[in-house]
Amino acid sequence: MERKEWPLWEVFIRSRNGLDHKHCGSVHAPDAKMALQMARDVYTRRLEGVSIWVVKASDIVASDPDAKPELFDPAEDKIYRHPTFYQLPDEVNHM
Amino acid sequence: MADDMTQTSVQTVAASAEHIEYVMRLGDNALILGQRLSEWCGHAPVIEEDLALANMALDLVGQARLLLTHAGNLEGKGRDEDQMAFLRVERDYRNVTMMEVPNEDFGRTTVRNFLYSAFQILLWQKLATSSDTELAAIAAKSLKEARYHFNHSAEWVIRLGDGTEVSHAKTQAALDYLWPYTAELFAANPTDEAVSAAGIGPAWGELEAEWEAMVLPVFVQATLVVPARTPFKTFGKFGRHSEHMGHLLAVMQHMQRTYPGAQW
Repeated sequence: MERKEWPLWEVFIRSRNGLDHKHCGSVHAPDAKMALQMARDVYTRRLEGVSIWVVKASDIVASDPDAKPELFDPAEDKIYRHPTFYQLPDEVNHM
Repeated sequence: MADDMTQTSVQTVAASAEHIEYVMRLGDNALILGQRLSEWCGHAPVIEEDLALANMALDLVGQARLLLTHAGNLEGKGRDEDQMAFLRVERDYRNVTMMEVPNEDFGRTTVRNFLYSAFQILLWQKLATSSDTELAAIAAKSLKEARYHFNHSAEWVIRLGDGTEVSHAKTQAALDYLWPYTAELFAANPTDEAVSAAGIGPAWGELEAEWEAMVLPVFVQATLVVPARTPFKTFGKFGRHSEHMGHLLAVMQHMQRTYPGAQW
C-alpha cells in the first residue's frame, strides 16, 4: 500500500485583537481545514489566541541561508539607519 | 404560584427523582465518553490528533464534573462529584450504552464522537433555556464545546469515509456497529416525560428528526451507508449496561477506591 505523509503547515497565531499574527510552530495535517483544527488543538489550549493562520510550509519562499553575507551584512555598518541621532520631544513617548 | 411565600420556597423544595436522574444521565454520558476518549492519550495516530482527543476528553470530564456536582446538590444527600463519579456501582450509572462500548479503532471513536456531538448540540441548545438555571448555565458552556467536537469529528468522518479503501471500510464498519446503539438516545422514557412536562429539558425523542438532519448529509458526503433500523435495543439509561461497563469502571474507579477521598 502506498504511504503518504501529511504535508507540513506553518501556524501563525494572533494573541489579541490589534496585534500581528506571530509564527508559533507547525503541524502535520491532510488539508487546510484540518490544519486549522490541528493548530487550534495544539497551539491555543491555554488561551493563546483569537485568530489562526495556517500556511503550507512548501508555499513559503525563504531566503537562501548561503546568501546571508550579501543580504544582511551590508546593513551592519549603517548605524545611521537607527533613529537614535536626534532628540525626540518628551511628548513623543514610545517611538 | 399563588403568592410570594410560595415563590421563594420553590428554591428549597427537593428536586424530583426524575430531575436528578436526568441531570445524572447527562453527567454520566459525559463522564463515560470522557473516560473512553482519555484512553487515546499517547496512542492516537498522530500527535496532533492525540492532543485533539485529549482536549475533547477534558471538555467532557469538565462537563461531567459540573453535572454530577449539580446532581449531587439536587439530591441533597451530601454526595460530591467524586462520590458520584467514582463510588457508585454499575447499575447506578445512567449513561447510554453507546458511551461505554470500546474505542476499537480511530474510525469507531470518530463516528461515535460525531453521532453523539450532533445530539449534544441539539440537547444543549434546548437546555440553555431550562427552568433549572444551573443546568442552563452548564448547557451554554457545553454547547460551544459540543460544536467543536462536531466540526472536528464531521471533518474526519468525511475524510475517512471518502478516503482510502481501508479507511472507508473501517468507518463503514464503525457506523454499522454504532448505529443500532443510537436508538437508545431517542427511546421514550418516563423520566424524560416528567422532565419535559416540568420545563427542565426536552424528552430526548423529540430531537431525533433534527439529529438525523444533522448526521445523514455528512454520511452521504462521506459515501457511507446508514444501516436500516433493527429491533436491537440497549438500556444503559436504566442502569442495565453492556459487558464493557464493568471493565471501564474498574479502571476509572480504582484510584478513588484504593485511596478513598484522595484529592489532587
